[in-house]
Amino acid sequence: MSAISSNGAQTHPICLTLNGQPRTLQVHPWVTLLDLLREQLDLVGTKKGCDHGQCGACTVLRDGKRVNACLTLAIMCDGADLVTIEGLASGDVLHPMQRAFITHDAFQCGYCTPGQICSAVGLAHEGRADNREAIREQMSGNLCRCGAYANIVAAVEEALPLMRDGIEPQRGQEP
Amino acid sequence: MTPFSYHKPNSVSEAVNLADACSHFIAGGTNLVDLMKENVVRPKRLIDISGLGLNGIHPTPGGGVLIGARVSNADLAWHPMIEQQYPLLSDAILAGASPQLRNMASTGGNLLQRTRCYYFYDTGTACNKREPGSGCPARTGMNRIHAILGASDACVATHPSDMCVALAALEAVVHVQGPSGERQIPFADFHRLPQDTPERDNQLAFDELVTGIELPPPMFEHHYRYLKIRDRASYAFALVSVAAALSFDGEVIRQGRLALGGVAHKPWRDLAVERMLVGQVPSEALFTRAAQTLLQGAQPLRHNGFKVTLAQRAIVRALDDAACGAADGGARP
Ligand SMILES: Cc1cc2nc3c(=O)[nH]c(=O)nc-3n(C[C@H](O)[C@H](O)[C@H](O)COP(=O)(O)OP(=O)(O)OC[C@H]3O[C@@H](n4cnc5c(N)ncnc54)[C@H](O)[C@@H]3O)c2cc1C
Ligand code: SF4
Ligand code: FES
Ligand code: FES
Repeated sequence: MSAISSNGAQTHPICLTLNGQPRTLQVHPWVTLLDLLREQLDLVGTKKGCDHGQCGACTVLRDGKRVNACLTLAIMCDGADLVTIEGLASGDVLHPMQRAFITHDAFQCGYCTPGQICSAVGLAHEGRADNREAIREQMSGNLCRCGAYANIVAAVEEALPLMRDGIEPQRGQEP
Repeated sequence: MTPFSYHKPNSVSEAVNLADACSHFIAGGTNLVDLMKENVVRPKRLIDISGLGLNGIHPTPGGGVLIGARVSNADLAWHPMIEQQYPLLSDAILAGASPQLRNMASTGGNLLQRTRCYYFYDTGTACNKREPGSGCPARTGMNRIHAILGASDACVATHPSDMCVALAALEAVVHVQGPSGERQIPFADFHRLPQDTPERDNQLAFDELVTGIELPPPMFEHHYRYLKIRDRASYAFALVSVAAALSFDGEVIRQGRLALGGVAHKPWRDLAVERMLVGQVPSEALFTRAAQTLLQGAQPLRHNGFKVTLAQRAIVRALDDAACGAADGGARP
């Protein structure tokens, strides 16, 4: 059912799965997924860099595929299965991609990191990168102003076979 | 963003009947949401086309392929039929945008994406495309990325798509439906030159929906090349791009197709140049002659003169790569 919010504009209900939890939310049509996550749900791990699809800081996983949350309207996420950086670990056990980023010191200021990690998990799901050059090309949607690229590529390279071998933790299940 | 209402119809006829001059269809949103944030486009109504079942990629009885308008750029580029039979198209798509954007962007939206002219995006400046009659600051201003062919006094913008350059070379057909029925538009006629109405990018009416793109039977799966030249190695629009496709009778070229991106208001083809290739044996001299002929009428602006030489060299290299063949499964751009 549509409803009228405090400022008089119409909101619409959406049902989605967010980091494994079913959620029903009321949104205005013009709210982006990025603003919904950060401003309404307090999930501030997903970052706003450019807000125009040009940097990848806002990358999240939608039905397992990496997308830019800044160009996604929240209202168009009805029925979607969304995973943000907050949903990758299971309890205190980090996702192999998160571990690899730490092992390889794959960040400096860390602002691009949540987007880099979600993007790298999406890259692994796509299964199209089998060498360093391909990883570089397929991570090109994520800019890093600190220039941590060399270590980012090394981290992704290390985590890919681990994810292929099924070491990716399932949510709510200790490995 | 200026507030708008949101509608999600269940059928194509419902969608086109909802459309009017104040509405916009939305597919992946990667261009439209961006333009709405900048108030360049201010629809009163958004019509979400994700519920219309336009998600399929199917062989046609004639031996070609019909691609639904809502198929994502990533799914299209990596579809086995496209990779094997139309690798030029896969390469062109994968040369564009980023993996995230390609997951979101749709086949129809890619055709309808607007120019990346800086002034078009900047509501603080004049722009005939955004506000007809207000002027074209790009003509005398910052025009490094602008057109060298087919431009007009009113507008010197380029069409930014990579995918469309391959679709032009492959002679795709655009399937369209409006309230009064369906029609099919050959790709060469779909986009327009700016002339004195640059506000119109293409032939589509506001209440017409692109439902699909049809590819004719494959002819160029062995000899093709999409070559994209840009300011950085990835994740940047083309300064110049070339889709080259050849087929052979023995040593001799049976058919040649050549389309250019980044140089005009639409993917640029010159049929006379393509005819020059027919019946010839590939050589650098032949390809150089073709490149020079194609660029003969070029009219560079103050900051984009480099595109003329760049385009000529890119054409020669793309044709040469295409002639050598896709021995390694297609040299990726
Ligand atoms: C940072 C960045 C970099 C990019 N780099 C490249 C690049 O290098 N090469 C490249 O080719 N592209 C590039 N793109 C552009 C991208 O490819 C387009 O934004 C995308 O293809 C548009 O598709 P969409 O489904 O998201 O369209 P939307 O944003 O949903 O819609 C775009 C337009 O098409 C209309 N529309 C959509 N579907 C239909 C339909 N079926 N029928 C009628 N009208 C329709 C909409 O009303 C709207 O006007 C880039 C984009 C960004 C943001
Ligand atoms: S080139 Fe076209 S889009 Fe750019 S400012 Fe001129 S009229 Fe506008
Ligand atoms: S914030 Fe979304 S791509 Fe930069
Ligand atoms: S670590 Fe600072 S932007 Fe990447």
